[in-house]
Amino acid sequence: MKKADAVPFVSARGISKSFAGIEVLRDVDLDLAKGEIHALLGENGAGKSTFAKILAGIHLPTRGTLSLDGRTIEVSSPVAAQKLGITLIHQEPISFPDLSVAENLVLGRSEDGWFSRVPWAEMTIEAQRSMDLLGVHIDVARPMRGLSIADQQMVEIARALASDSRLIIMDEPTAPLTPREVETLFGIARRLRDEGRTIVFISHRLEEVRALCDRVTIFRDGDKVATDTIGNLSDVDIIRLMIGRPLKEYIHKHSAEIGEVALEVQGLTLPGVFHDISFSVRRGEIVGLGGLVGAGRTDVARAIFGVVPATGGVVKVDGKAVHIDEPEEAIALGIALVPEDRAAAGIFRTLPVEQNITAAVPDRIAPTGVIRRAIERSLAQDSVAKLRIRLASLNQPIGELSGGNQQKAILARWLLVDPSILILDEPTRGIDIGVKAEFYDMIGELASQGKAILLISSEMPELLALCDRVLVMAEGRLTAEIARSEASQERIMSAAVPRVEAAA
Amino acid sequence: MNALGRILARRETGIAVMIVLFALAVSLYKPQFLTLNSLRVILLLTPLVMIAAMGQMLVLVARHVDLSIGSMLGLSAMLTGMMFRDLPEIPWGLGFAVSIGIGTLLGLVNGALVTFFRLPSIIVTLGTLNLYRGLTFIVSNARQVDRQFIPADLKGMSQTSPLLGIPWIIFMAFAVALLTYWFAMHTRVGRQIFALGSNPIAAPLRGVKVTQVTLLVFAISGALSGLAGIMYASRWGFVNPSNTGFGFEFQVIAAVVIGGVSINGGVGSVLGVMLGVLLMGCVAAALPLLGIPGTAQSAIYGAVILVALLIDRSVRRQGIARFKAARA
Repeated sequence: MKKADAVPFVSARGISKSFAGIEVLRDVDLDLAKGEIHALLGENGAGKSTFAKILAGIHLPTRGTLSLDGRTIEVSSPVAAQKLGITLIHQEPISFPDLSVAENLVLGRSEDGWFSRVPWAEMTIEAQRSMDLLGVHIDVARPMRGLSIADQQMVEIARALASDSRLIIMDEPTAPLTPREVETLFGIARRLRDEGRTIVFISHRLEEVRALCDRVTIFRDGDKVATDTIGNLSDVDIIRLMIGRPLKEYIHKHSAEIGEVALEVQGLTLPGVFHDISFSVRRGEIVGLGGLVGAGRTDVARAIFGVVPATGGVVKVDGKAVHIDEPEEAIALGIALVPEDRAAAGIFRTLPVEQNITAAVPDRIAPTGVIRRAIERSLAQDSVAKLRIRLASLNQPIGELSGGNQQKAILARWLLVDPSILILDEPTRGIDIGVKAEFYDMIGELASQGKAILLISSEMPELLALCDRVLVMAEGRLTAEIARSEASQERIMSAAVPRVEAAA
Repeated sequence: MNALGRILARRETGIAVMIVLFALAVSLYKPQFLTLNSLRVILLLTPLVMIAAMGQMLVLVARHVDLSIGSMLGLSAMLTGMMFRDLPEIPWGLGFAVSIGIGTLLGLVNGALVTFFRLPSIIVTLGTLNLYRGLTFIVSNARQVDRQFIPADLKGMSQTSPLLGIPWIIFMAFAVALLTYWFAMHTRVGRQIFALGSNPIAAPLRGVKVTQVTLLVFAISGALSGLAGIMYASRWGFVNPSNTGFGFEFQVIAAVVIGGVSINGGVGSVLGVMLGVLLMGCVAAALPLLGIPGTAQSAIYGAVILVALLIDRSVRRQGIARFKAARA
């Protein structure tokens, strides 16, 4: 490809970075050409985000040099990066919610003195022009608060263009976006590339990388392991390079002994949310619950767990009808729910990992009502070892762990309860491939221990690989129950699409 | 509908409605409440609070709080009053520079403790509230500076008027408000204060010098407390170590919060704060007029603040709902 042969626009040589003595990036050499979209791939913690942050001046490299157009540069701060024409767009964009869109656009650009005048009129006109240039319709006078994440990203991109950034780094921009928003973003990214700008794109989604990027660089454990044109690599190659092992090891083969019915629901109804839901899950069985986002799957799980109880229908645990109004009652019956949105419902961000893991078993760590630190610590340590949670210390606030490891810690919390029925709501969302595979192994392992597992997932390959049966919901109703042998992506999808379309 | 919704959604509208409703309600019992003279009474109750409220607004916008303003007022007023007493030849105008200078210094101490030692401002200023009050007693030997020592020209500022019978100190308060408006809305550092309070983690990434900006807001709060200190001497003609500025922080923070400044930072307007101060002034003026006994005044004062916040919230909710309906 000619782009790769051109004089590099940005060139990194021997970039290394250590945090507290631990090397997270080792001797990375990387060239970025003008007018290319370059993907950075790797598992969480592989170093791709650290590298991006070094480019953007958020971290300083421990060793190594960067040059721009052949000149050595020092990117000492995000403001310095901005002046050099380098902008990093975060997944959750940095914004000042109380300030207007226009102010968010210009903040940090001017180098004027403290008491220089803020040119409101010019600022607003210029901001509106940048939004128009991008082709997005956002009122620049409105406050940033309440803007969708997609729109906030657009404001960030407009900001990058307003300061004429030549290198735009997007750190997992698509994770919180809808498919349509992703298309808009890609359209804009391609346009910027065609204008000769360089875009670095970080993502976990291979299909997106394929759709958008020209070249790809793969990181693993702090090393750059490959840079190549995307067309030269198959998905299998990429995954092998990312995880350092062939993919087939990670396809789960589940063969647990299926026992008695552990959880059964009949005619479960919550008006306006879901209707007449009936299914059962046996010991040792993994039952998938598929469907589109918003189909009511999470609501069913929350109803069973007693968060927002259903108003009609019966829930039976081990054959006995039970009445669950509170999560406490569900826990007492041996049910555990690992929620989808761990940030909102799962973790205590600022508390140590240790306390997060033991949060659901107060009776075990405090048999007399006073917490016994030694028990707490040993329970947490066992979990960390068993689930291979990567952390610096048990005292670390859980918010500092990567998404996958946070999710493992939450799973660990519920495993300590030793539930007989485990409801997992999108357990692998936002987790990279290697950790996902570990999760799949764990879920299979739990099933073979005789636990009944209800797995809510939007990822069809996950449902197909793991589940004995797949239930599908659409618009609050159960639309299909598919045995493993008959399950296919097409069958799940056709049941997940609302009926109106099927009738048409 | 759209423009109306926009106006209704504003905090300032809620407070303005409250002021009008309150004035009408009081005038049902005491018609003289709606006269020009009572407006003068109300305005005379407000300048000190208004000046300190401007500083407090900036501190709250930056996501901090300054509880020490009453003690800063007291200490700077006391030192200035003692200067007038012990050095009677000194030109009275110099008192302003001295009082503001002392206030600035005290504010900088607050700011330094908050920034350099990374202490929460609520604790720091709770400490300096007591420290500065204690220093006031020490330097003054717990003795009041009496009326005869306060220069007549200074006292005159609260009585003589350049225009419409409105005393100088009220014009000064409005001048401070105007200056604060310009500073907060039209200077780069003013906007940086809002950015800092709106997202303290992101602010340094956008070139906001957090340490300097934080020091600045505490220094301004101190300076304005100092200004309020010398104006106290002007208004009341004495400085007393235990009364001067005592409980002042309560009035100021209440006015600022009623005025729509968020204690979570990033939000606040000078107009809102002015209206908040005015509402507090109305209540303070109405209570004696309605013959409410002194023992009950404090409780009623507090209740009015809570009611004002509740009414304001519901007015704005409706405004926002209408605004959304109009857009949909």
